[in-house]
Amino acid sequence: MLEPAVQISSLYKSYYRDSLEIPVLRNINLEIPAGAFVALMGPSGSGKSTLLNLLAGIDQPTSGSLKVAGEEVSRLSERDLAKWRARHIGFIFQFYNLLPVLTAYENVELPLLLTHLSKKERKEHVETALSIVGLADRMKHYPRQLSGGQEQRVAIARAIVSDPSLILADEPTGDLDKQSAEDILHLLSRLNEEYGKTIIMVTHDPRAADKAKTIRHLDKGELT
Amino acid sequence: MKVFRLIYKNAFRHKLRTFLTVLGLALAVMAFGLIRTFITAWYSGAEAAAPDRLVTRNAVSIIFTLPISYKEQILKIDGVKDVTYAAWFGGIYVDPKNFFPQYAVDQSNFFTLFPEFILPPEQFEEFKEERKAVIVGRRLADRFGWKIGDPITLIGTIYPGDWDFVIRGVYTGRDVNTDETAFIMRFDYLDEVMRRDSPGRAGQIGWYALKIDDPNRSAEIAKQVDARFKNSLAETLTETEKEFQLSFIQMSSAIILGLRIVSFLIIGVILLVLANTMAMTARERISEHAFMRTLGFRGYHLVGLILGESFFMAILGGLIGTALLAVVGNLVGIALSQFFPGFAPDTVAYLLCIGTALLVGLGASIFPIQRALRIKIVDGLRVVD
Amino acid sequence: MIPINYTLRNIVKHKITSTLTVLGVSLVVFVFAGSMMLSQGLKATLVATGSDENVVVIRKSSQTEVQSILNLEQAQLVSTTPEIARGGDGSPLFTNEIYVLISLDKRSDSSAANVVVRGVTPQSLALRPNIRIVEGRMWQNAGSEIIAGKSAAERFTGCGLGEKVRFGAREWTVVGIFDAQSSGFDSELWGDIDQMMDAFRRPVYSSLTFRMADTTQFTAMKARLENDRRLPVEVLREKEYYANQSRTITTFLGITGTVISLIFSLGAIVGAMITMYAAVANRTKEIGTLRALGFGRMSILFVFFMESVFISFAGGILGLGAAYFLRFVRVSTTNWDTFSEIAFNFAISPDIVFSALIFAVAMGMVGGFLPAVRAARLKIVDSLRAV
Ligand SMILES: Nc1ncnc2c1ncn2[C@@H]1O[C@H](COP(=O)(O)OP(=O)(O)OP(=O)(O)O)[C@@H](O)[C@H]1O
Ligand SMILES: [Mg+2]
Repeated sequence: MLEPAVQISSLYKSYYRDSLEIPVLRNINLEIPAGAFVALMGPSGSGKSTLLNLLAGIDQPTSGSLKVAGEEVSRLSERDLAKWRARHIGFIFQFYNLLPVLTAYENVELPLLLTHLSKKERKEHVETALSIVGLADRMKHYPRQLSGGQEQRVAIARAIVSDPSLILADEPTGDLDKQSAEDILHLLSRLNEEYGKTIIMVTHDPRAADKAKTIRHLDKGELT
Repeated sequence: MKVFRLIYKNAFRHKLRTFLTVLGLALAVMAFGLIRTFITAWYSGAEAAAPDRLVTRNAVSIIFTLPISYKEQILKIDGVKDVTYAAWFGGIYVDPKNFFPQYAVDQSNFFTLFPEFILPPEQFEEFKEERKAVIVGRRLADRFGWKIGDPITLIGTIYPGDWDFVIRGVYTGRDVNTDETAFIMRFDYLDEVMRRDSPGRAGQIGWYALKIDDPNRSAEIAKQVDARFKNSLAETLTETEKEFQLSFIQMSSAIILGLRIVSFLIIGVILLVLANTMAMTARERISEHAFMRTLGFRGYHLVGLILGESFFMAILGGLIGTALLAVVGNLVGIALSQFFPGFAPDTVAYLLCIGTALLVGLGASIFPIQRALRIKIVDGLRVVD
Repeated sequence: MIPINYTLRNIVKHKITSTLTVLGVSLVVFVFAGSMMLSQGLKATLVATGSDENVVVIRKSSQTEVQSILNLEQAQLVSTTPEIARGGDGSPLFTNEIYVLISLDKRSDSSAANVVVRGVTPQSLALRPNIRIVEGRMWQNAGSEIIAGKSAAERFTGCGLGEKVRFGAREWTVVGIFDAQSSGFDSELWGDIDQMMDAFRRPVYSSLTFRMADTTQFTAMKARLENDRRLPVEVLREKEYYANQSRTITTFLGITGTVISLIFSLGAIVGAMITMYAAVANRTKEIGTLRALGFGRMSILFVFFMESVFISFAGGILGLGAAYFLRFVRVSTTNWDTFSEIAFNFAISPDIVFSALIFAVAMGMVGGFLPAVRAARLKIVDSLRAV
């Protein structure tokens, strides 16, 4: 049996503002097997993004254990965390977060610059990633020359180019029209099925959630 | 009133940026003021010149001497009340780097003709009595820690040999810009030695200073003096003390011109700093300005807002810069007092600083205003980035 | 590594801000390089005036020829020095000269300045082979004819070819113009030594110059001559003698130029800081994204630091480029060491280019450091939340 992609136990997360504690996540226990496609739903402010950030190691839990891709995330130093993130995590944002001054190709290439791949190898990887998302012909385009849906596909290509095992998506269709959203969800399903990626996707859209294999609900910081 | 509040609030929307901009302006304004002060100080010798004194020198050039015998003849000219003479000694004190002006003078009346050099009467008497006596300026004495009675040796450059002197007096300046760094010795001491060692050069002084009874007649008197020695072995050139000083300053006019150009370039830097900030502000406020116009605000309201903000920063920077100038300028003045007795920021420098700041405030807002007025409301509302 | 394109394209993207910052830095570099080029120009001109093989003898502690006085016996004594080289005709390459300053009006603004009149012997020209008469001829009637250096002829009233100038109670006609290859001699008037001594009623020489047969003998010869009790002299290599004459002005320019450039640079540094803080603020979300992708704090720090350095480097290049054209500007000023007017061009040297660029980059480093640190210290979650 494969090791689970994510193992969370008694996870707490609070923010502090002027010594005032704002509990955001309370006693989260969650195990996500490798190869899963989980949709995380819940009302605004329930802590979905916070959970995703913790999984990606860009935020630190207040207490509890958080094992992602076999690594106890909260124990890693900042430097190791960055390395670990580059290798294991693909991140997809609601507003794509492409760098406007870089072309689609260069945006997708970014994560590979943290590896030891040669220029030629990088080119192969980028081209593969872009053709998976169906944008091989748009490599030289800048983000502003692309539609929202296309931008999000570039962002997905960027998330998968370094071949991470876990893909985290925070409302990837939140800013898209129906058709583009469909395309993106279709793409995610493909990544899950064809390429065996574990995907955790935060979404408000029930139709989007339907594409996932599992749906989990988060409410007031607790999993239900 | 509401408008001022808005300008004020706007200016502090980016506190750090506003702070840096004002700081940059203040520093540049101060630098501008310092250079102005430097140039003024350069001319301060000429400013210190007395209107009722003429200077007579050899027409060929200042390095040529005049016979000491001219004194009596000049005294006879109508309008000349008194005549004294001096020669440039140009000696080295220990090291050529220790430069200070050294004059060999007519001990009988030099201090009478130059009342701006204030010397206690008893010291003046000693100077008249002792051949090797010298009088030094207060700042010069401070610089080398000299006291009355100290023996000083200078190595002559124009007058060969080692020369021994004894300090018998310290003079102070009457005016702020009076030079307090001079070393004043007796000419007859030099002449005595020259008469012995190289008789051909004896009895030769550097220049005469003439006290005249009416400053309005200076041109006419000068002409008479020069006419008196026309076609003689040493023809003279007589001019007012101010012209004489200016002719020296003029010799370095290229350097002064350079400094002036630099002071204008500084204005360029101030302008660039403020323009940069204003351009950023304008860019960020495009949609806000468009929104204000949908509310019914007119073009001139926006002009007022932008101009107001630009002036606000410019004036603040200008004022701080001027205050800095007052502090730093006086500190520099103290540090440079050995070389630049007249270094102190004057009113003109302060006014120029403020004026420059205002001009820069106007200049920096031109582009943002143009942009705010030109953009269509719809386009403005659409701009996000 | 975050690609360099990211930095460069961001600079290009914010055209106005980048341009204004670049211009600010370029002004400072222009002033910095300009003041150094001025010193360099004077130095180069004076250094070119002296030659390596020639030796100048002046009176001890007189510092310059203006103050120096050597009598005929002393000159005679020096002229017998065995180290003196001999010309093609077997005569020693030795000259005694008289050097006086006369006040003449400038053509430009008719203000007066001191011009050097040098009374020379035929050997004087042999000792300075880089001097050629380019217009007119040598004097024939030495009693009323002189030749003028190229820059003196241009700048002073009465010194052009065929013009008449009055000094020493005589009228002189300029019959020739000589080119001394941009050395200090270009700013002088030359006439026959005997006539000049007569006209100025100076029965003494100012300086002696001779060529050494073997320059390695210099130190020994110098010691011997200076220790000779009959000779109150100072013996200097000609190159060194002239190079020393740039000292006061270059020191002055060095200090003033540095002080002004430093104060000036504060303005440019503040400008760079404003620009870079704005860049960090505008791109907070990009910083968060890069961090989320796995780039470390150092990469972020480096990216913003480099952006500032690039901007200031561009400013440095622009400022230097503008300063380069100063080479065509001719300056004439009184040299405070000799009290005479000298003309020269701004001159650039690899040293100046190098220090100006270092200076520019340093401004960028200082201005970009704090903003870059701020960028690197942003927390990923917070920066991702930024709009
Ligand atoms: N840096 C922070 N400091 C303080 N409070 C924070 C911070 N980040 C998040 N929060 C709070 O944590 C709670 C959860 O935020 P989170 O962004 O995880 O919600 P979400 O479920 O993603 O909501 P949405 O669906 O609107 O994106 C919110 O109440 C939010 O105000
Ligand atoms: Mg969220």
